[in-house]
Amino acid sequence: MDSQAIATHPEHEETAHEHPPFLRHHFATVEQQRETATFGMWLFLLTEIMFFGGMFCAYLIYRNWYYPAFVAGSHQLSIVLGTVNTAVLICSSFTMAMGVHSAETRNRKALITWLLLTIVLGCVFLGIKADEYHEKWEKHHVPGLNFSVHDFVRENPAYPDDKPLPLDMADKTQVYFSLYFAMTGMHALHMIIGVSLLIILVARAWTGAYTEGHVAPIENFGLYWHFVDIVWIFLFPLLYLISRHQ
Amino acid sequence: MSTIVMLPDQQTASLPKRSYLNEEYGLKSWLLTGDHKRIAILYLISITIFFFIGGFFAGMIRLELLTPPSDLMAADTYNKMFTMHGIIMVFLFLVPSVPATIGNFLIPIMVGAKDLAFPKVNLLSWYLYVVGGILVLAALTLGGVDTGWTFTTPLSTHYLNTHVITAGLAIFVAGFSSIFTGLNFIVTIHRMRAPGMTWFRLPLFVWSHYAASVLMVLGTPVLAITLVLVILERVIGIGVFDPAKGGDPLLFQHLFWFYSHPAVYIMILPGFGVISEVISTFSRKRVFGYTAVAFSSVAIAVFGFFVWAHHMFIMGVSNYSALVFSLLTMLVAVPSAIKIFNWSFTLYKGSITFETPMLYAFGFMGLFTIGGLTGVFLGSMGMDIHLTETYFIVAHFHFVMVGGMLMAFLAGVHFWWPKMTGRMYPEGISKLAALITFVGFNLTFFPQFILGYLGMPRRYAAYPPEFQALNVLSTAGATVLGVGYVLPLLYLAWSLKYGKIAGSNPWQATGLEWQIQSPPLTENFVETPVIDYEAYDYEWLANKTKHEVQTVG
Amino acid sequence: MHYFISPVLWQFLVNWLTHFALFPPEASSIAPYADALYFFLILISLVGMALVLALVTGFSILYRKERNPEATQIEGSTLLEATWTIIPLALFMVCFVWGALLYFRIYNPPTNAMNIYIVGKQWMWKAEHPGGQHEINALHVPLGKPVQLTMISQDVFHSYSIPAFRVKREVIPGRYTTVWFTATQPGTYHLFCTQYCGTLHSEMIGEVTVMKPEDYQAWTEGSTSGMSLAQNGERLFASLGCNACHSGNAGARGPNLAESYATRVQLTSGSYAMVDDAFLRDSILNPTMHTTAGYAPIMPTYQGQISEEGLIDLVEYIKKLNTNYRVQQTLNTSQVQSPVQNQAQSPVASRVQQTAPAASGMVKP
Repeated sequence: MDSQAIATHPEHEETAHEHPPFLRHHFATVEQQRETATFGMWLFLLTEIMFFGGMFCAYLIYRNWYYPAFVAGSHQLSIVLGTVNTAVLICSSFTMAMGVHSAETRNRKALITWLLLTIVLGCVFLGIKADEYHEKWEKHHVPGLNFSVHDFVRENPAYPDDKPLPLDMADKTQVYFSLYFAMTGMHALHMIIGVSLLIILVARAWTGAYTEGHVAPIENFGLYWHFVDIVWIFLFPLLYLISRHQ
Repeated sequence: MSTIVMLPDQQTASLPKRSYLNEEYGLKSWLLTGDHKRIAILYLISITIFFFIGGFFAGMIRLELLTPPSDLMAADTYNKMFTMHGIIMVFLFLVPSVPATIGNFLIPIMVGAKDLAFPKVNLLSWYLYVVGGILVLAALTLGGVDTGWTFTTPLSTHYLNTHVITAGLAIFVAGFSSIFTGLNFIVTIHRMRAPGMTWFRLPLFVWSHYAASVLMVLGTPVLAITLVLVILERVIGIGVFDPAKGGDPLLFQHLFWFYSHPAVYIMILPGFGVISEVISTFSRKRVFGYTAVAFSSVAIAVFGFFVWAHHMFIMGVSNYSALVFSLLTMLVAVPSAIKIFNWSFTLYKGSITFETPMLYAFGFMGLFTIGGLTGVFLGSMGMDIHLTETYFIVAHFHFVMVGGMLMAFLAGVHFWWPKMTGRMYPEGISKLAALITFVGFNLTFFPQFILGYLGMPRRYAAYPPEFQALNVLSTAGATVLGVGYVLPLLYLAWSLKYGKIAGSNPWQATGLEWQIQSPPLTENFVETPVIDYEAYDYEWLANKTKHEVQTVG
Repeated sequence: MHYFISPVLWQFLVNWLTHFALFPPEASSIAPYADALYFFLILISLVGMALVLALVTGFSILYRKERNPEATQIEGSTLLEATWTIIPLALFMVCFVWGALLYFRIYNPPTNAMNIYIVGKQWMWKAEHPGGQHEINALHVPLGKPVQLTMISQDVFHSYSIPAFRVKREVIPGRYTTVWFTATQPGTYHLFCTQYCGTLHSEMIGEVTVMKPEDYQAWTEGSTSGMSLAQNGERLFASLGCNACHSGNAGARGPNLAESYATRVQLTSGSYAMVDDAFLRDSILNPTMHTTAGYAPIMPTYQGQISEEGLIDLVEYIKKLNTNYRVQQTLNTSQVQSPVQNQAQSPVASRVQQTAPAASGMVKP
């Protein structure tokens, strides 16, 4: 039966079939390859939703239980830096979308420019985050390592209308900061992975890999980047904007 | 006495000149392969290694339990034994067993594709598995971990000084192996089916893997984040699960079991797929109630997400939430019952032969039925109060996992061995091994039901003397069971060199994998198949064979 | 006797034959109900198993290849599918309802249950009787009286299991869990910790002793430490300064606690809470989250300052507090935990002629 096998197109020697060099051999058409890759990325993003979901679930429960502590904790974050970071990420999503457009219109230089801009914005975000973390460390708001309730049992100068917390509720601010570090830390890790992948994409884009019709990697990375941005869009109000109506 | 159908090509069969095994030689060609079949073999070798390591720990447990006092090893050592046994068997054996080996090998072929959707991700999956495995071995050699495979907080976060972080990281990494495998399967089944291969022409093996993959993809990330939170609590001291800091240890239970309950369906659903294929082949009939069996897999996947708190009935959850979870648990039991009856009726008016895979399938049906029914015992909340945390639970999950899943795995390995290697395993000794396994299994685990009702707690190194007789019986069975598992290792290895040449379809089974050579070509198909017949279409097969007999003779 | 077989084997056989049992003794009022459900479950399992076995064996014999060389391709049968969906579902629903009834019975104590506190810690069980009897890895209970165990862990998860009574409950750090039973057979029974809790998990075992009422009375009199839990609680109440605010006077900074147990109070958030053991414990540890309406959230937290036993003493004291009038409670402790007396009828109330100023503890400042 199939004991005598007929070899199929070894090493592209035959000219009977013509397909772009980036078409992998287990796909029948470029279209199938593109659709499959996009499907895969959406599915992966679904797993990421489940991943962050565990922490959102914990956040929901503890905010319900310890609302005053969450308010006090949130009021210790810099809303200026948080807003700047949000703007930075939204801009980076824009530059990423422009990068996808450049790849689609086969504009190599533009693609590289937009990708580099995205990297820069991503690094700005991470830099600001590092500064915020440093500030938290200085003010003894890092749970477990050097946490102190000092700031929560006195008045918060930035929020004079806030009453200082009684000690039992002040203790619970540790839970708020635990979630703050876990959630923004996980988000930052995803940003770092994203920036690293971007560097690889830039290197490949330089050789023209994505401006000859093979747009899928840029598109799908764009999906990932937008997802990371959307996670931040949720984290920002949940962590920074608790009861800030003044 | 061989009951294998002998066809002209069977008698004159020779190993094909070119196959995925000899396409390229050298370690690099294996370690950097994108071929799903080679990756499946890599997985097969690694999970076998971990199976026997986990089995060694099981042996140690049963040896300690021969006598009532905790006298064979230190209490801490015993705790490490059952923890390592659980972690290795659950995460490094049961979860990847059928999907990563048989599934990886067959899913592309069964849908008519040349490979999975993402071959590089497939290879990454294997490397993640290996890294996870190495981390587990690291935890082991550095001194072990004794949290139990369930990592209960606050024990695991604050009260142990063993290698919890290493073990947690190991499972985190291995979890991503599982996620990527599931992702690959889902995308492949959706997007890479050959022309004419509609959903309802797919073999039931594919349906079960699809359902299991959905669970892998949606459930495993929750385990991942839970382990991250445990590790952060250990390393930094965040207090998400710590009552002293305002956290709630019960939150850990909810998050952990949200994955770990679907995990048991991740483990068993692929086994269901194997049984469907084996029973239909050796009855020479399509599976009775194809649609029901297909949808029951999906139903199990959906319902499986909503029953997690039946592991927490006595943990202080509200009576009313316990009520809801118990009701849903009863609902999730029904699709499994449907499958068992459909498989039984597949035998009706069939033409049944009793090769080794069929023997394992029968063993599965009996033992899984017992295991599944005892699950109903546990889902009945009031009964669970007495039975939970005792050896009844241990017996229940070993019946479904070992009596069920492991038997299904062995059935699948034997069934597709000719396809994967081109050679037949020796039928006589394999039947003997199946029988030994069945007897040994019952001897080992049935007494544990009784022990459980008597009240013997699980994870105990020492127990009251009146429980000794049943424990001795159980250990004796474990010895027999061990023999039953070592035998296949030996004769399957033997068959690689000395086994009879199989030919492409030694079982005369339907399914795309049996229409291609054994072992398959790297690209699976010479040309893309076009499907215009239903699954398990034995009439189509009979016509095709007749046609072949005429032309070859 | 053991001429023909080795002494070891003989001893093994003797052990086995004298101890062989398939289920533990039925020593509580709920045990027969649990066993009944168990037998029903075994019965339907046997029927199910027999059915599957019969089908598989029968079909294997009738339709083996030698007897039936040609298979008949059958699509399926909706009727059969419906049958084996509906019948198992119906049976499982019976199991669900029966199990739910049993569960509610086991976890909802009767109102006249006597209370015993259990504190679990690695790796021992402490039982605290309100009369001041303290036990380690043991529990003495009277025959025929409902007993409620209020349990908490000092460290990790444990689980309190008495197989002979068919009861078990997790013992958790940070919150009370309860279970109740009525012992129906005198004797001693196993007590196990069934939730893995570390190194000596297997050694965290003990004995539950069920005694006839007269024997139990004698035991309580003989084993008391001299101070009831409530008396300890009163001392703690004073030494921790609780009476400074909870003095029961008009204008006091804290609400009156006399007769506050088992009442509903309104909190500053507007919602209502039942003053039970958990509420009292939580109020001591997280006071500003349970502030009674009309009072300022100024109570300090005692987190980290009181052990679980101390909290139990305070809870017991507040439970038994019938008057805000401070009285030296020099009681005969054996009278406190008499199974015959109703809990509310403590000797204090019978001796003190004062009536409580407020019906249920809300004195506005």
